[in-house]
Amino acid sequence: MTDATSAPGAASIPGDVSAAEPRARSRRRFRPNGSVIVMALYLLFLMLPIYWLLNMSLKTNAEILSGFSMWPRNLTLANYEKILTDPSWYMGYVNSIIYVTMNTAISIAVALPAAYAFSRYSFMGDKHLFFWLLTNRMAPPAVFALPFFQLYSSVGLFDTHIAVALAHTLFNVPLAVWILEGFMRGVPREIDETAYIDGYSFPKFFVKIFMPLIASGIGVAAFFCFMFSWVELLLSRTLTSVDAKPIAATMTRTVSASGLDWGVLAAAGVLTILPGALVIWFVRNYIAKGFALGRV
Amino acid sequence: MNKTVNQKAWFLVLPVLILVGFSAVIPLMTVVNYSVQDTFGNNVFFWAGLDWFRDMLESERMWNALGRQLVFSGIILAIEVPLGIFVALNMPKKGFWASFCLVLMSLPLLIPWNVVGTIWQIFGRVDIGLLGYTLAKLGVNYNYTQNVIDAWATVIVMDVWHWTSLVALLAYAGLQSIPDAYYQAAKIDQASRWKVFRFIELPKMAGVLMIAILLRFMDSFMIYTEPFVVTGGGPGNATTFLSIDLVKMALGQFDLGPAAAFSLMYFLVILLISWVFYTVMTNLDKRDGV
Repeated sequence: MTDATSAPGAASIPGDVSAAEPRARSRRRFRPNGSVIVMALYLLFLMLPIYWLLNMSLKTNAEILSGFSMWPRNLTLANYEKILTDPSWYMGYVNSIIYVTMNTAISIAVALPAAYAFSRYSFMGDKHLFFWLLTNRMAPPAVFALPFFQLYSSVGLFDTHIAVALAHTLFNVPLAVWILEGFMRGVPREIDETAYIDGYSFPKFFVKIFMPLIASGIGVAAFFCFMFSWVELLLSRTLTSVDAKPIAATMTRTVSASGLDWGVLAAAGVLTILPGALVIWFVRNYIAKGFALGRV
Repeated sequence: MNKTVNQKAWFLVLPVLILVGFSAVIPLMTVVNYSVQDTFGNNVFFWAGLDWFRDMLESERMWNALGRQLVFSGIILAIEVPLGIFVALNMPKKGFWASFCLVLMSLPLLIPWNVVGTIWQIFGRVDIGLLGYTLAKLGVNYNYTQNVIDAWATVIVMDVWHWTSLVALLAYAGLQSIPDAYYQAAKIDQASRWKVFRFIELPKMAGVLMIAILLRFMDSFMIYTEPFVVTGGGPGNATTFLSIDLVKMALGQFDLGPAAAFSLMYFLVILLISWVFYTVMTNLDKRDGV
């Protein structure tokens, strides 16, 4: 209303509007309004199931089955202790971490030069190739489960970490290429050209100058490779039996067995959330970008 | 960006080509191979032509799975997209609380899919789960392992819980890119809240929102782990989606021919959606003029 009345003096409008702005913002911060309530409800909805898992992981199995309580009456770490001392449990984590790390290293290593090529040069079939990579990111793991099983069995890699690591490159390499390309296109080409004029060779330029420039992009790509390999179950379960069995498979096999130990299962679940939860603060501004393949 | 033509760039792409070729093309060829052959066991195969494809196209089982899949994807999109936009509109714009919301909202996205299943499996149990227990106390006859409606509700709420944040985060990223001047102009014009949304926020979000919708459609179309852990595809076949059915066929019953034909048709659908996705992405890149 005030804006409209002061409209004739065009120059005064921006001043008016921006003066109204901080007032609106401080009200949003200090008085509970609609937005705060909506966000509180939504976050409550997100956190409740996770809280419940944490709650159960801190109870003994007897307490879980004997009665219902919102928080653990006899706080116990016995479930975590069991996981961290029993090899059949903790080896699941070790196996997962081994193949996930291998996969991340392989994916980033091959994706870096490819992403550079896509972001800087046009060459025969580049668009088709880029699209083909995307289709592999989108490929349903269920389609590949059986052929992977046969492929890796026939070359004698079944139940090894490298088999799972290679299988996961199916979707992680395309993911890394797309994310890195998204970051690289933000780096001006003049930098490349200046470096070449200064007499840098391509490998030297790439490692010494270019990689530090897109360090955050590499971090984000690595994080997403890690994450997608960490959360995947179908392929890692199909390709392993004993020696490389991932934690996810250990958990599902416990579920199917009789005599469930809910407390231990919940504790195992909490431990699988940890890696994501630990780094989440550092990647918070890149989550959307990573999921959208570097395109936001 | 006008890129220089350089055919040598192929050498930079070569490692990716070899690696992904190994893990994508060879397995896919295996699938093609199985889809046109039949066997009586002992690794003796003979040519079956397109019989498996014909069988699968006539098979009620596949059409039912596809139907369930489409209904599922439709429902979760109908819930997650509006809810995600709504949440994004209500998120704090900057400061500590914005980061706080971002972190908490991202958490479900980073949980291993089978743990998502486990969480909801526990959460929904009538004896020990908060949700199931509360519903039972309220007098609702809730049992996701027996009742079809309950199983569907659980799987859908689980997916909403798991992935709405993704839509919200993408929409939020779209909103962040709107300059303040737009809102000021709207204020001068005395535009209503709805008009601000309809004519400023929605068009600016359209690009990222399209990405979000396609990603959600694609990922829900291949969903396997979460419903598998919670319901195992049951009760009966009520929550047996395409991927679950395919794995059952290929690894459970070892029906290689039909499973392979099924796989290829499944893959073709994915290919089609990928193409739409790619077109959207490249158009978006062009519009941004990068």
